[in-house]
Amino acid sequence: MDDSDRIIIDTTTRIFQDLGAPQMIVNSGDDSWKAPLWDTLEEAGLTQTWTPDDLGGAGAGIVDGFDVLRVAGEYAVSVPLAETLLAGWLLARGGIVVPQGAMSIAPVRSGDRIYLADDGALSGTVRKVPFASAVDRIAVLAHRGDETVVALVDTADCVITAGRSLSGEPLDTVCFDGAVPESVEPAPEGLDEAALFQMGAAARASQIAGALRGILDMSVDYAKERMAFGKPIGKFQAVQHMLARLGGETAAAIAAAGSLADRIARSDSFDEKVFLEVASAKIRAGEAAGAGAGIGHQVHGAIGFTDEHVLHRYTMRLWSWREEFGSESVWAVRLGEMVAARGADELWPMVSAQ
Amino acid sequence: MASVIQFDPIQLPPEAEALRVEVRAFLKEEIAAGTFDPQTVPMTDGFSREFSRKVGAKGWIGMTWPKEYGGQERSFLERYVVTEEMRAISAPTRAHFTADRQSGPVLLKYAPEEIKRDVLPRIVSGDCCFCIGMSEPDTGSDLFAAKARAVKVDGGWQLNGSKVWTTNAHHAEYMIGLFRTSPATADNRRHGLTQFLVDMKNTDGITINPIRFMNGMHDFNEVVFEDAFITDSHLLGEVDAAWTQATTELAYERSGPERFLETLYTLVEVIRALGDSPDRRSAEGIGRLVAQLYTMRRMSVSVNGMLQAGKDPMLEGSIVKELGTNWEQALPGHVRELAAFIDEDAGNRATLDELLHHATMVAPKLTIQGGTTEILRGIVARGLGLR
Ligand SMILES: Cc1cc2nc3c(=O)[nH]c(=O)nc-3n(C[C@H](O)[C@H](O)[C@H](O)COP(=O)(O)OP(=O)(O)OC[C@H]3O[C@@H](n4cnc5c(N)ncnc54)[C@H](O)[C@@H]3O)c2cc1C
Repeated sequence: MDDSDRIIIDTTTRIFQDLGAPQMIVNSGDDSWKAPLWDTLEEAGLTQTWTPDDLGGAGAGIVDGFDVLRVAGEYAVSVPLAETLLAGWLLARGGIVVPQGAMSIAPVRSGDRIYLADDGALSGTVRKVPFASAVDRIAVLAHRGDETVVALVDTADCVITAGRSLSGEPLDTVCFDGAVPESVEPAPEGLDEAALFQMGAAARASQIAGALRGILDMSVDYAKERMAFGKPIGKFQAVQHMLARLGGETAAAIAAAGSLADRIARSDSFDEKVFLEVASAKIRAGEAAGAGAGIGHQVHGAIGFTDEHVLHRYTMRLWSWREEFGSESVWAVRLGEMVAARGADELWPMVSAQ
Repeated sequence: MASVIQFDPIQLPPEAEALRVEVRAFLKEEIAAGTFDPQTVPMTDGFSREFSRKVGAKGWIGMTWPKEYGGQERSFLERYVVTEEMRAISAPTRAHFTADRQSGPVLLKYAPEEIKRDVLPRIVSGDCCFCIGMSEPDTGSDLFAAKARAVKVDGGWQLNGSKVWTTNAHHAEYMIGLFRTSPATADNRRHGLTQFLVDMKNTDGITINPIRFMNGMHDFNEVVFEDAFITDSHLLGEVDAAWTQATTELAYERSGPERFLETLYTLVEVIRALGDSPDRRSAEGIGRLVAQLYTMRRMSVSVNGMLQAGKDPMLEGSIVKELGTNWEQALPGHVRELAAFIDEDAGNRATLDELLHHATMVAPKLTIQGGTTEILRGIVARGLGLR
């Protein structure tokens, strides 16, 4: 980690501490915190971490963007930061100047497709688009004949049917029929729905790693403060062992997401090495999310189960994020099929390839 | 603060990857020549002097040590690659592995010069097997309650008492043993233990009694000392201060590839048995296990990379061992479930069953040897600031 990485991490941390602290959000009881947080993130260039400076962005690196998402995950705040970063990334790959404002991306589910007709209008309905109803624009990957294009669409031109994730974030169905994009550019070679899906899964893995770290910190702190039978519960070995397991799960998610971010940063294309990293990270981080959320709740007892406590902001988002851009099961089937097709004796060479 | 947990995404350097190619070629040749069979080694004790000498001749034992003692002064990441390649294919490394991993480094740090010059080159050539004498009948996890004692006599030390579960004692040239030299003090119960180098082949008063595993294998032993005499030069480090001699070496010891690859062969064989287009249930099962394995390895590589870079990832190392040993222990159970519907006639079904039976029987030891899961969780909890 060099100094510029550190600066981005510190800046993100400071902004979330000041304007996105979970307890402050819980206390506010409304959405009044959202605009100041978002505006500050935008001013700091953090919503465009993955956009090169000649296209309107901050010109930071791929790893920086994943760092931002991990740190944001430590606060488990309900803002479309990952979606906006992903949209910026997608637009930039098409060479489209990236506007300010919150964005999302589509399609996000395998099988969903968007088409661009010769008359310049889009068609297609895609499901479970995160934050679609809460953002200004959607960056899409569409097909015009044999060609794949990147396009930028105003959400006002789409028909959006609201849906909700487990944690209450918009997860909407978007009908693009008749919408004319603001910009259209050919997608670079190799950029397809699968690549976008992988990038989305990678973003979720980083968010999960961050949220688990948040849960670990708050659970350790709580165990040091909460008294029972005349001593802090953290002095009970059973609680210590729960927290050690939480530490292990958190560590696995941090390591997997970090390794993946590094891999993507060092790759020109979404090749098999990237696929292996994405699949492994989304599966392992997803498993850690389930196990870690459970431990966090057990350590907190009843208070952690209440609306007023911040824990649920983390655990509910973990349960959502592990679902989005492919659950553990979805990725495991794909990875398992790839491993089987390669054959038993290729397992180790594949696992040890980096 | 809990959030100190850090795993740098380490890339193995080019020289390590070049070495991997060499190691694979060597292993392939040895398998072809019949030196060992990856499908049967797991069911043996994996002890082969012949193989260890060949590895030694390659310069792959003690490879991080100074050249003056026969080492190659190569990096810990290069050693990592050699170790993982050997483990992944179940190569019979037992005759040299303990010495290579922990005994040699202890000697380098604490043995007098004459001992280093005598013993280290013999480890490097694959001629010198080590065992670890820590556990006793009444002290396992609670190491610092050890009772076997060393009494100062003219020109050396006299040893009495017994050690148990001593892996390799029946093969070993040497033991590094923990002996009581003073009582514990009121304010430090870890005080009073001292490490010694014991020549197992040329010392009178040592009896080695085999203790069989539940599956009949002979792997560990009871070692009884009755007025066994060793000379002064065999004292390692400071008298009464063994407890201070655990260093970052421990992180290497905890986070190596041997901490999660011990039952890998079952996964390899079940993938073989399920064939190239498994049903969805099987594909998912394989996929999850491979993802877990991949992440474990990335964590382990990361810890070793951070060590090489001069960082001190003690907490991360303990986490890797805790997760890794539990993973390798659970693996045969997962493989068993995946194997449930495999055709009896599948080509390698018999091999798979045999390996799986073996792995199931040895799995319990994986979270006991080298420090139990509970002890490790305590260490992790301390790292998190809870103790
Ligand atoms: C295959 C194998 C090879 C071995 N090889 C060697 C060797 O070469 N040299 C050597 O010296 N030793 C060796 N050992 C011994 C090993 O180090 C000990 O078995 C281990 O440290 C545990 O000690 P114990 O068996 O006495 O169990 P105990 O310490 O009696 O523990 C029994 C149970 O109690 C739990 N427990 C103990 N203390 C605590 C605590 N404070 N908090 C919570 N739970 C606790 C343990 O986790 C365990 O579940 C080997 C063991 C095995 C299985």
